[in-house]
Amino acid sequence: MIPVSFDYARAGSADEAIALLAEHGDEAKLMAGGHSLLPMMKLRLAYPAMVIDIERIADLSYINDGGDHLAIGALTRHRAIETSALVAEHAPLLAHATSQVGDPQVRHRGTFGGSLAHADAAADHPSVLLAMGGTVVAKGPGGEREIAAGDFFAGFLESSLAADEMITEIRIPKHTGGGWSFQKFNRRAQDWAIVGATVQRNNGSTQVALVNMHPTPIRAAAVEEALAGGASATDAAEQAHVGMEPSSDLNASVDFRNHLARVLVRRALNEAGID
Amino acid sequence: MEISVEVNGATHTSDVEPRTLLVHYIRDVVGLTGTNVGCDTSSCGACTIHVNGEAVKSCTMLAVQADGQSLTTIEGLANGDQMHPMQEAFMECHALQCGYCTPGMVMASISLLDENPNPTEAEVREGLEGNLCRCTGYHNIVKAVLSAAGGAK
Ligand SMILES: Cc1cc2nc3c(=O)[nH]c(=O)nc-3n(C[C@H](O)[C@H](O)[C@H](O)COP(=O)(O)OP(=O)(O)OC[C@H]3O[C@@H](n4cnc5c(N)ncnc54)[C@H](O)[C@@H]3O)c2cc1C
Ligand code: FES
Ligand code: FES
Repeated sequence: MIPVSFDYARAGSADEAIALLAEHGDEAKLMAGGHSLLPMMKLRLAYPAMVIDIERIADLSYINDGGDHLAIGALTRHRAIETSALVAEHAPLLAHATSQVGDPQVRHRGTFGGSLAHADAAADHPSVLLAMGGTVVAKGPGGEREIAAGDFFAGFLESSLAADEMITEIRIPKHTGGGWSFQKFNRRAQDWAIVGATVQRNNGSTQVALVNMHPTPIRAAAVEEALAGGASATDAAEQAHVGMEPSSDLNASVDFRNHLARVLVRRALNEAGID
Repeated sequence: MEISVEVNGATHTSDVEPRTLLVHYIRDVVGLTGTNVGCDTSSCGACTIHVNGEAVKSCTMLAVQADGQSLTTIEGLANGDQMHPMQEAFMECHALQCGYCTPGMVMASISLLDENPNPTEAEVREGLEGNLCRCTGYHNIVKAVLSAAGGAK
């Protein structure tokens, strides 16, 4: 399968990419690792007239210690995150979840910024961003703004980035020693989660996010409220499907997804040290 | 667009359409047909090559993204008649049946050992999760990778 013809430009810097986005508007798409965009172009589900290649913006590939958070460049590849000592120490949930993304070949190409910008409810990183309470730094012609995880995912495969904005950095608060868990249920190796559950505890509060249970990446608010009200892990997990609108597909019906969410949240809470 | 790519040590300069997939560039433009296309949907790993030393699925990359990069394909492994140790191990362990998945398996296996020189059997199975063998010869493939790792010690 070969994509529809398009024009191609390689941006050497974020400013250059943003200028190209401003010039080409809706017709243009940024391409980072291309591991979500290119498959969609091959299936002709996406057909940008202009592809702006941002992969070589070298100064946007880094993992830095920002004091109370880790600052990760948008073009940092999954493999770099998976093997980073800084991430292992300060965001073990992110390191582990990243090691579960696709397969080694995918992790050699895919980028953190691309994973989030794609805003796929079935992807792993959005749930980590939500559970860890991270923020996304977006840069546009007017400068930079920081978007909280909870405001970033706007709809099905849709983020709250403006058409002429790109992600430059992702900030992940350092984990302070609380338990965490990432539970991914799938049938085939290398696949996306049929359902996933992500838990991060920090300073007494517990944040729970779900994978593939809603049109958008989402926090399991009902579970979090039950826990805050003193419920046991088993009782809180019973709320995992509340408010969710999962899809039904070849892999799982709505009922099965709701069931998986309850089971995976219970396992995740237990693994994170909540009985 | 004109691109210049190092393939197995030799630099090739060609004019390609931006939509040309890397695997088609390798097979049809450079003329190296050892790299196979299986699924064409990033799932099977038959098209695995190395880009700057790392295993990548060449059906999921554009040729223009490889401009200025260094690629290794299955043809670039042997040194004359001397096979690469991973190729030797695949032969010794009967790690191929029809052979369709083999170039991708060998390239993925070499990348795996580069990153983890002493893997456990479980790590080999996990590390090759992006490669499918339609003949289901996984047992001997895993054996070959473990044997190549042992040989390298
Ligand atoms: C076989 C296979 C298996 C996979 N399995 C999983 C899995 O199990 N779990 C999982 O989570 N993911 C999985 N993925 C997806 C993979 O992680 C992708 O690499 C990732 O989602 C997108 O990253 P990318 O850099 O390739 O983005 P691209 O494909 O380049 O871009 C994706 C989207 O984000 C936009 N974009 C990219 N970078 C930026 C930026 N800096 N600012 C603004 N917009 C940007 C693009 O315009 C595009 O719309 C899989 C992919 C494949 C091919
Ligand atoms: S042909 Fe590329 S992964 Fe199957
Ligand atoms: S040997 Fe036939 S596909 Fe693997």
